Amino acid sequence: MKTIDLASSNRSFIQQVEEESGQDVSRCYQCGNCTAGCPMNFAYDLPVNRIMRLIQLGQKDTVLASKSLAYCATCETCTARCPNDIDVATVMDVCRHMARREGKLAVWPVRAFVGSFLKTVETFGRSYEAGTMGMFMAATGRLISDVDLAPAMLSRRKLPFMPHSIKARDEVSAIFKRFREGVHEQK
Amino acid sequence: MRIGVFICHCGTNIGATVDSAGVAELAKNLPEVVFATDSMYTCSEPGQDGIIRGIQEHALDGVVVAACSPRMHEPTFRRAVERAGINRYMFEMANIREHVSWIGKDKEANTNKAFELVRIAVEKLRRDRPLTPKYFPSTKRVLVIGGGVAGIQAALDCADAGIEVVMIEREPSIGGKMAKLDKTFPTVDCSSCILGPKMVDVAQHPKITLHACSELESVSGFVGNFEVVIRKKATCVDNTKCTGCGLCTEKCPSKKSFDRFNEGVGATTAINIPFPQAIPKKAVIDKSFCRQFVKGKCGVCAKVCPTGAIDYEQQDELVTVQVGAMVAATGYDLVDWKVYSEYGAGRYPDVVTSLQYERMMSASGPFGGHIKRLSDGKEPKNVVFIQCVGSRDVSIGRPYCSGFCCMYTAKQAILTKDHIPDSQSYVFYMDIRSPGKGYDEFTRRAQEEYGTQYIRGRVSLIYPKGDRYVVRGVDTLAGAQVEVEADLVVLAVGVEAAANSPQLAEKLRISYDKFGFFMESHVKLKPIETNTAGVFLAGCSQGPKDIPSSVAMGSAAAAKAIGLLSKDMLESDPQIAQVNINRCVGCAKCINVCPYKAIREIDFRGQPKAEVIEAVCQGCGLCNATCPQGAIQLSHFTDNQILAEVEALCRC
Repeated sequence: MKTIDLASSNRSFIQQVEEESGQDVSRCYQCGNCTAGCPMNFAYDLPVNRIMRLIQLGQKDTVLASKSLAYCATCETCTARCPNDIDVATVMDVCRHMARREGKLAVWPVRAFVGSFLKTVETFGRSYEAGTMGMFMAATGRLISDVDLAPAMLSRRKLPFMPHSIKARDEVSAIFKRFREGVHEQK
Repeated sequence: MRIGVFICHCGTNIGATVDSAGVAELAKNLPEVVFATDSMYTCSEPGQDGIIRGIQEHALDGVVVAACSPRMHEPTFRRAVERAGINRYMFEMANIREHVSWIGKDKEANTNKAFELVRIAVEKLRRDRPLTPKYFPSTKRVLVIGGGVAGIQAALDCADAGIEVVMIEREPSIGGKMAKLDKTFPTVDCSSCILGPKMVDVAQHPKITLHACSELESVSGFVGNFEVVIRKKATCVDNTKCTGCGLCTEKCPSKKSFDRFNEGVGATTAINIPFPQAIPKKAVIDKSFCRQFVKGKCGVCAKVCPTGAIDYEQQDELVTVQVGAMVAATGYDLVDWKVYSEYGAGRYPDVVTSLQYERMMSASGPFGGHIKRLSDGKEPKNVVFIQCVGSRDVSIGRPYCSGFCCMYTAKQAILTKDHIPDSQSYVFYMDIRSPGKGYDEFTRRAQEEYGTQYIRGRVSLIYPKGDRYVVRGVDTLAGAQVEVEADLVVLAVGVEAAANSPQLAEKLRISYDKFGFFMESHVKLKPIETNTAGVFLAGCSQGPKDIPSSVAMGSAAAAKAIGLLSKDMLESDPQIAQVNINRCVGCAKCINVCPYKAIREIDFRGQPKAEVIEAVCQGCGLCNATCPQGAIQLSHFTDNQILAEVEALCRC
């Protein structure tokens, strides 16, 4: 493992995480209860308590490069269990947003999936599963993964071929437009 | 008047942010000030000598010291001026440390404020007059509230010093939590073997009167002369007749009563003696289970009692006692751990508290010293201990460390291996806190000699699987989630102040913190005293502590009480209220507001007038603020003095 230079602590990163999440990360005393209850821990490269510790140490690059940020399901078990009332799930969420903004979100398929899903919502006003699937496959080249789930989803009518239309489709895409403009304004 | 002013630097405490020499220079221009100087440490021996020299060389008859809080050194300086031959009440103190230098960094503003405080003190001193304390006798008897090990120690030490002790205990027996323990760390001594003799000493000591099943009803009076009323709750058994033979408990048909002493492990009878070594060894009836009370008929115990001690009609009794000092040793209770739904919230029979586990292991407990599961009576093989349940947990409002759980968990793990050699214990911990003689070595023994597996991390979930339980937690050192199947889970439940501690504190007129623990007078230097003279603290009532600390504090409280009552006459503070009889109109408003009942109505040439009972007045000043005529004045806090201070401040 790489040696952490404690003096390299990125204080503005700590401050940014605290400001965006509204949480005081120094309250974490590493009991590990967030990790103890985490149902996604099996997929993580860094357990959530270590993410918290690395944030305290200001290790921005290590945190934002962690796959755990992408895999977090925001189930909030960590938040519920934290004895120090830290909203850990929000801290994870904030880090995920930072990683995305900086183009660092470590797991490409997760990024592709989220992008595909949002694209269908923007276009059709609500989610369109077949479209999400198609775009995700096209983007990642994962043509056969999870195809085994298709028959069951079809039989339960969870995977319609045509998108559902909603009345105020334009208003939903206007939300996306406004969001993009807002992001530009912020920049 | 010739006033001297002394401005302290307190090293850099004051000197760093206040120009002490400059304040002294300014003070020279204040009215009647004939001498002003600054010194590095005014409270030190050369500092005090400087005051004495100043008084002698400049013929001073009043002194102002601007330094720390009067709570810290007012008595020191009063003694110093007295040594130089002036009345000790011709002294005023300006607090330029806690009220100035420690709270601001702006040196100019601080120096100005320090001078303003000195100016106020000088104006007050100009209107002071010499006062002489009165002396009053005290009652050489101590009330000890709580019969745990801390209270027992305090009572025995007082009694051995020849002072009468009245001990009250809420439960049917003294012994407190220690009586429930199987063994004690780090020596694995049998708890009842070392506590039992002390309990017997309490029962047999000619100087100790014990009231069990009793609570403090009310307190009046003041240091040296408290009058306390004790409520002796009806136990339906006449203690003068009961011999503790136990025949009633054998015959009692209500055998499913909640066993308080055994923490609900097993059951007891509605009429019971809590445990074999109970002091006093008298039966008590639990009315919520007794058939005579629940169903209205039974009377078996009354029939079998050979001495006719049973009295279903017994009522609470109020006993009034005069005491000179009081020791509050009310101990602790366990945090309500059932707020943790992830640990089953009490639904799983084999998830028990550490105190229940003590009773399960104890040879005098319901299982006779053989550890059995509460669900099916089987011997557990895998035992999981979870520490910090209700400790260091901000989310349930218990942010403090309970102090002794690390140690008793190690002890319980060792004892588990002793009882069941083929068992395996796991301890989930956050940090091992073992700062005591032989303590850390003890936790190492649990791991190295007894093979206890220590896992650093919390437990997130317990769920049943077949007749066992899956405990899911984390090992933060390994960086992995861990799971273990357990036959028994023991929760090291944290400590909170004993139930109703705040209500008791209000009766005793002492302070308590936001968790209900009683507040000591000074966190470092007066850990036994409270802010009410004559009331002392012992044991966990002040905060979590282990047995040796509780015993030490019990002895310390006794030493304080003995020291107080060793004087034949106690000195009263002469800063008390006085009535100007010419102005008093006899409206009695002061009599109504006085919290100490220190003012009485007298007949003065056919007119009603107020009179202060000097030994009782505590100088709180409520009467002074209430009197519409300004007839009753608190010495050294008169209306004129306060107005002069305000005027001095307004002129700054």
